Amino acid sequence: MLTFTIRRLVLAVPTLIFISLVIFLLLQLAPGDPMAQVPLTVPPEVKEKMREALGLGQPLHIQYWKWLVQFFWIEPQVLIDHYLGTSFSQGDLRVISWQTRSPVMDIVIQRIPQTLWVVGTAYVVGILIALPIGIYSAYRQYSWFDQAGTFVSMVGFSVPPFFSGVLVIVIFSVHLGWFPSIYDTTHVVDDWDSFVYQLRQMIMPVMVLALQITAQISRFMRASMLDNLNQDYVRTARAKGLGEYTVVMVHVLRNSMIPVVTVIALGVPSIFGGAIITEQVFKVNGIGQLLIGAIQANDLPMVQTLTFIFAVLIVLFNLIADVLYGLLDPRIRYD
Amino acid sequence: MTDKERFVPDEGLAPASTVLPAAGELDEFTKPPRSQWANVWDQFKTHKGALWGGILFLLIVVTVFLGPYVWTIDPTHIDIRARNQGPSLAHPFGTDQLGRDMLARMMAGGRTSVSVGIAAMLLALGLGSLIGVMAGFFKRLDGPLMRLTDLFLALPLLPLLLVMMMLFREPLNATFGPEQGIFILIVCAIGITSWMPTARIVRGDVLALKEREFVLAARSMGTTNTKMILRHILPNVLSPIMVSATLGIATAIITESALSFLGLGFPPDFPTWGRLLFDATDYLQQYPERVFWPGMAISLTVLSVNYLGDGLRDALDPRIRGR
Repeated sequence: MLTFTIRRLVLAVPTLIFISLVIFLLLQLAPGDPMAQVPLTVPPEVKEKMREALGLGQPLHIQYWKWLVQFFWIEPQVLIDHYLGTSFSQGDLRVISWQTRSPVMDIVIQRIPQTLWVVGTAYVVGILIALPIGIYSAYRQYSWFDQAGTFVSMVGFSVPPFFSGVLVIVIFSVHLGWFPSIYDTTHVVDDWDSFVYQLRQMIMPVMVLALQITAQISRFMRASMLDNLNQDYVRTARAKGLGEYTVVMVHVLRNSMIPVVTVIALGVPSIFGGAIITEQVFKVNGIGQLLIGAIQANDLPMVQTLTFIFAVLIVLFNLIADVLYGLLDPRIRYD
Repeated sequence: MTDKERFVPDEGLAPASTVLPAAGELDEFTKPPRSQWANVWDQFKTHKGALWGGILFLLIVVTVFLGPYVWTIDPTHIDIRARNQGPSLAHPFGTDQLGRDMLARMMAGGRTSVSVGIAAMLLALGLGSLIGVMAGFFKRLDGPLMRLTDLFLALPLLPLLLVMMMLFREPLNATFGPEQGIFILIVCAIGITSWMPTARIVRGDVLALKEREFVLAARSMGTTNTKMILRHILPNVLSPIMVSATLGIATAIITESALSFLGLGFPPDFPTWGRLLFDATDYLQQYPERVFWPGMAISLTVLSVNYLGDGLRDALDPRIRGR
């Protein structure tokens, strides 16, 4: 198992380097010019100097190498400095945003909590709703509950978040006036009232996201339970007189959780990146919104860094899912 | 045990034509022989959701493509005196902030959205089947092609799609004109970012098929690789490809609408369902019904296609058929 993990970790390095190269080369084709906003009165020599200060105008491979060094060597040092008060990174150039002329990672760190709160809560809520639905609709296959569950998850698959989000805004904000339609990220929770306000503003984005997550995971749970319910060991368990609850909730459930847990792990990167549209609809000031803003403002270092962070998360959680699969299921030990 | 070894003996992936009837169905032998597709149709008919999904999808496609011949109002005709009207006989869906007829715009938008969905699905399907068949059939290509598939699966797709829209919009607009250019761009972008699931499924099926006797028989008769793929392999992996096709249309339509909704899709004066929805959110408080129509159209289309795919999957799976 350990060798497998190490082998996968080693394999992840060329994958990540390849992805970073793809993202880098794709962005090099961009037509935008960071100097477009500079007034025309600035003489061309000065513009050339400014361009050099941003690291442009050098050969491609040097730019790529510099970006790699900044991302993998300097930024971790900044993080260590921040926590331990050391000064490893003093004087080193960091990845600079063209929009704000400040380090990209600082802005990303500011935005991550909002995304994590909204999307993370939605993920947990979605899973908590999905698991019981999946279990019960597999246990009573083709009952009305199963049919209704199938329909709801089909709707969850089919209704895009930019429609369901707008729809709940129309119903609950415009007509009923129960919840605010815009997520206020500057809101500070310090007493009961502000906590209630926080809950109220989180309900709609969380529900919209949770509908999609529930749709996917309840389907997986149902299919996985159905696969296991007809196995021989279930008949054996019933034959030796175990109660129905023990058979389903202990024997079957534990075995059917194996693929579901890996699916849940595979979905984690989408917590960080997949909520771009929902964040846009509810004006949540998170990572997805940052990416959209950066794309519209032609802020290439920001786009590059964010896209690469998403890629790192996807590769990382793929790895975790594979290792989990091996750990949970002794039949699959990759040696 | 490696992944691959576990995969090959999985009888569940056996294609429909090769499975013998179960022993309990002896009276079936006295009936006249039926084709595979008649059986598939019988099973498909019993899935009520799939049947209605298919009918609804056909209805939407017909309305969207033939509707403009019946409802002849020009979707770009501006009648500023009739702006922001509610539903009436002259304008069943009302008019927008410039007095353009919403029904005509919905049909024009649907034509674009459905065309993008179908074209992107065909591209993804072609790419996916090609790579899947190549990887499954030629052992030497298997490793590299599957690594490529894994790489593509590890890419963050929505951010990359957005970046691609930003980068290639201008050059393509210059070459093909604003509407053609963006159509080609969106179809290609969705196509080359969504072929991976098809490739994986097709590869798995081809790997299982390659070990069967009829392939060996064909090989011993001197069938060339090209003929083998075209005559023996492809017809037998048709069922997973068809299921991927229906689901591919659904994802392509949603992705296109999402891009338009984020303002990175078709240009503002060129209606698609996503664009109409995006434009309507500005007037959310005054005219909420304008959000409702395009959103409902997207959701219904995708829902019908999903049900259709679900039914097809059941109908084409010989383990379920006949139950």
